[in-house]
Amino acid sequence: MEEKALEVYDVIRTIRDPEKPNTLEELNVVCEECVEVQELGEDEYLIIIKFSPTVPHCSLATLIGLCLQVKLQRCLPFKHKLDIFISEGTHSTEEDINKQINDKERVAAAMENPNLRDIVEQCVTEPDD
Amino acid sequence: MNDTLALLQKFNAHPDSRCWYVAWNPKGTLLASCGGDRTIRIWGREGDSWECKTVLQDGHQRTVRKVAWSPCGNYLASASFDAKTCIWKKKNDDFECLTVLEGHENEVKCVAWAPSGNLLATCSRDKSVWIWEVDEENEYECVSVVNSHTQDVKHVVWHPTQELLASCSYDNNVCVYKEEDDDWECRATLEGHTSTVWGLTFDPSGQRLASCSDDCTVKIWKECQPEEGTDAAWKCVCTLSGFHGRTVYDIAWCPLTGALATACGDDGVRVFKEDETADPDQPAFSLSAHVPKAHTQDVNCIAWHPKEAGLLVSCSDNGEIAVWNYQSGV
Repeated sequence: MEEKALEVYDVIRTIRDPEKPNTLEELNVVCEECVEVQELGEDEYLIIIKFSPTVPHCSLATLIGLCLQVKLQRCLPFKHKLDIFISEGTHSTEEDINKQINDKERVAAAMENPNLRDIVEQCVTEPDD
Repeated sequence: MNDTLALLQKFNAHPDSRCWYVAWNPKGTLLASCGGDRTIRIWGREGDSWECKTVLQDGHQRTVRKVAWSPCGNYLASASFDAKTCIWKKKNDDFECLTVLEGHENEVKCVAWAPSGNLLATCSRDKSVWIWEVDEENEYECVSVVNSHTQDVKHVVWHPTQELLASCSYDNNVCVYKEEDDDWECRATLEGHTSTVWGLTFDPSGQRLASCSDDCTVKIWKECQPEEGTDAAWKCVCTLSGFHGRTVYDIAWCPLTGALATACGDDGVRVFKEDETADPDQPAFSLSAHVPKAHTQDVNCIAWHPKEAGLLVSCSDNGEIAVWNYQSGV
């Protein structure tokens, strides 16, 4: 399970913050301990990520959540289900943000918005992609 | 569970994208599917398999979320994230875009045709439900915009026999609408789910409504006899919990057999059968059949065949459509 958690963390730690020229790892938005992996069945895992946005700004937190969703959907090689949450106590409207981030229809629609998509792509694309 | 759910056919419908919705035409001879690739595909039965008859690819600029056949089967409506609803007219194997309904401020999440064929309902992330009237010249006119939900409206469904509409939302509620003095208004708000309600379906008689939610439950609602002068109220008479591992995205009540099927984010398809109980106000349902890995990803939609009892179709995030045969009492 630890190996899987590390695999997941490896994917998310290099995501760049939408506003600052740093990675989510550098800003402590994500850390190794914030990734939890549970076995769901044969070769399938439930991944739970708790992230801590640096600023209480609502749209930024949702944007980070979106980046996490997109990159993991694209880059994780094993079968998984994903739940992404804001760490408790780090945001005033965390329930609202968590609901949006985990609504796959909202995530899909957001990624069809060219402006949002461009920002997300900039945050998730690896330099050598 | 002595009942069975057997896979008849599985095929890739929308390559490299999500298949969001699938709908049988009223005769049951065609399947319409739509997806993240922005297309609508029409499938026809060729012996034991399904072949793609038509691909409608220039109608929408973004994901096509749902499709709905008119009761006569000659028209198809499509709802898209591009904020538009297209009405297509069937001409043999081809479809021609007749008109585009605009007005919603952002993604249209659902479109549904009333059994009369004269009314259409759409709903959107803009929180509103629109009711449209169609006249004999195929002119569409919006007759009501109702803002009863406080968030994204996910689905709308018409009552099988009455001019009654139900909608469900990201605000965790279900709303029921009736026409009063040429205007549509919300007559009842059904509260109880603790997260987004994704799907709705009426039972064959229209006396009950089933809803499915991100809270992993299914709720059955029944209209209560109103007292003199008060509006009808709907009560939750049954909750199915502990059956679904993740969000339940769609639910369908079979008009022929009364069986209830669900599409779940845990990749499973389930069929529930109603128990024979004494009290109609306290129905009970049992899990009759379950395919845990019906698809390799989330199941988004489930639909019973309108004519052939037991025939069921589902579609998934992996772009596949699966056709099943449900047999009860084997």
